[in-house]
Amino acid sequence: MKMLKDTWLMFQRYLLVFLRNPAWVAIGVIQPLLYLVLFAPLLKSLVQVPGFPAGGAYNVFVPGLLIQLGLFGASGVGFGLIAELRAGVIERFRVTPVSRFALLLGRALRDILTLVVQSLILLLLAIPFGLKPTVVGVIVMLGLVALIGLGMSSLAYAAALALKSEDSYAPLIFTLSLPLLLLSGVLLPLDLAPGWLQDIAKANPLSYAVNAARDLFNGKGFDQAVFEGLAIMAALAVVGVLIGARRFTRAIA
Amino acid sequence: MIETHNLRKTFKSRRGPVDAVAGVDLDVKKGEIFGFLGPNGAGKTTTLRMLSTLLPPTSGEATVAGFDLRREPAKVRYVIGYVSQEGSSAPEIPGRTELVIQGRLYGMTKERAIARAAELIESLELADCADRPTKTYSGGQKRRLDIGIGLMHLPQLLFLDEPTTGLDPQSRARMWDEVRRLRDTGTTVFLTTHYLEEADALSDRIAIIDHGKIVALGTPDALKRQVAGDVVVVGTDQASDRVLELLRDQPFVREATTAGDVVRLYVDRGETAMPQIIRVLDSAGIPLASLSLNRPSLDDVFLRQTGRSLREAA
Ligand SMILES: Nc1ncnc2c1ncn2[C@@H]1O[C@H](COP(=O)(O)OP(=O)(O)O)[C@@H](O)[C@H]1O
Ligand SMILES: [Mg+2]
Repeated sequence: MKMLKDTWLMFQRYLLVFLRNPAWVAIGVIQPLLYLVLFAPLLKSLVQVPGFPAGGAYNVFVPGLLIQLGLFGASGVGFGLIAELRAGVIERFRVTPVSRFALLLGRALRDILTLVVQSLILLLLAIPFGLKPTVVGVIVMLGLVALIGLGMSSLAYAAALALKSEDSYAPLIFTLSLPLLLLSGVLLPLDLAPGWLQDIAKANPLSYAVNAARDLFNGKGFDQAVFEGLAIMAALAVVGVLIGARRFTRAIA
Repeated sequence: MIETHNLRKTFKSRRGPVDAVAGVDLDVKKGEIFGFLGPNGAGKTTTLRMLSTLLPPTSGEATVAGFDLRREPAKVRYVIGYVSQEGSSAPEIPGRTELVIQGRLYGMTKERAIARAAELIESLELADCADRPTKTYSGGQKRRLDIGIGLMHLPQLLFLDEPTTGLDPQSRARMWDEVRRLRDTGTTVFLTTHYLEEADALSDRIAIIDHGKIVALGTPDALKRQVAGDVVVVGTDQASDRVLELLRDQPFVREATTAGDVVRLYVDRGETAMPQIIRVLDSAGIPLASLSLNRPSLDDVFLRQTGRSLREAA
């Protein structure tokens, strides 16, 4: 109960911080938008290639783009935390009786909200290009993005608390997020990949999210891939939150 | 209010263990301003972070406001406030909002938190800036807001880590008044500083810390008296030898030296020694050119305990 109340308070505070710089919502959308405009058209000519998933270029590409948005959006959240660490804000909260879960969840919820808003904007912008969303597909897709946001931002916060400086945090997230992205099949479907690459990708939880996301837009509906994707992202979120909250509890020496 | 026994903190670092706090015994009384004086790196912040539940001690015992630090940290948190060296507010958020959120985290209702924030904004003279983002604040305003945040829940005990470092003299004087006012309304204040003058002017009692150990503890006056009492400097008119002879064996004089026309007398208490000195010289018919009372500073105390000057060490 106290945890929920504290989480709500923290969420409000971080939302306020965010609303003071609303430009960040737009900045987060710009990169995926560039992919949509400058990269996705290349896929049109690949649709006929054997192994390319059904549903048309945009119904294949845009869902993956949302997963990418979730990954990149969430992995950058540690920068804000490091700034707060330096400003003494985190110590200030840790001296209060506030729930340690709330310290993490309050900000992660704000991150999720941001991602969901950005995803909606991107989905709307993709419709004129030829994306054909269904209401249920969009809702489940947003749920998937929210789970990725929760898991990834929690892990990003844990890393930021452990590293305490942008100088070591930035290289870490860049080195980790690129292979995660490439091995998830966001840019080109992994069905086109050689066997060994497909095998490595199977170890990447995000590739299940991408598969799930594609099936939500190609008319296959709730198939096994969707449930797998949701389950794996939910597990990622639970693990991420546990690791993140543990970091907030432990002394930040 | 605070009692510690052999409190220690050893950090593991790449270059081996660092004994940041190496066995500290403290006894802070209710309602006093307790000053923790020491050069940079002495272990002040580490001690404070342990006492405010932020950092688990490596070993040792401590009770804070009647609660055991290790077993009841959650209870300690409700009754203490902590103002860190770094500050405590986000640049984007107005001070008033930070105050209200702080109160809510301690379980205050929204109405109560808003009322308490208004009270603090008034008393800390933050009315001009309370509704602006804190990045627009002056150093003094920011520091007063930090104190306000630490005071939102009316703590019995307030920890202030270097409250005036980086402030201009005017803001510093104002901060001192604020701290004294807090003490006068019953709040115990535990503050750290590396400024001799600050510890001296503000503290009811002082602990001097160096390399993680307490090297001296007491009231500022008692600490300074420990060194050599007071120094009375007697200026004479070419009669220093006679003056020395006359005064050297007086019971209130510990030690006397002469240099040129000046005689330096080390006494326990200068205030009471001076009239006696005047009386002795008067009845001997020796004219007195000048008389001044010099007190040993806390730097003399630090010097005697560590062999270094705090001004240089800090
Ligand atoms: N997290 C840490 N890891 C390693 N060493 C530390 C850490 N924090 C402080 N220290 C060391 O402990 C000593 C005491 O530091 P600190 O308590 O901050 O001193 P002060 O506040 O008196 O300036 C210093 O030598 C400092 O370098
Ligand atoms: Mg310090």
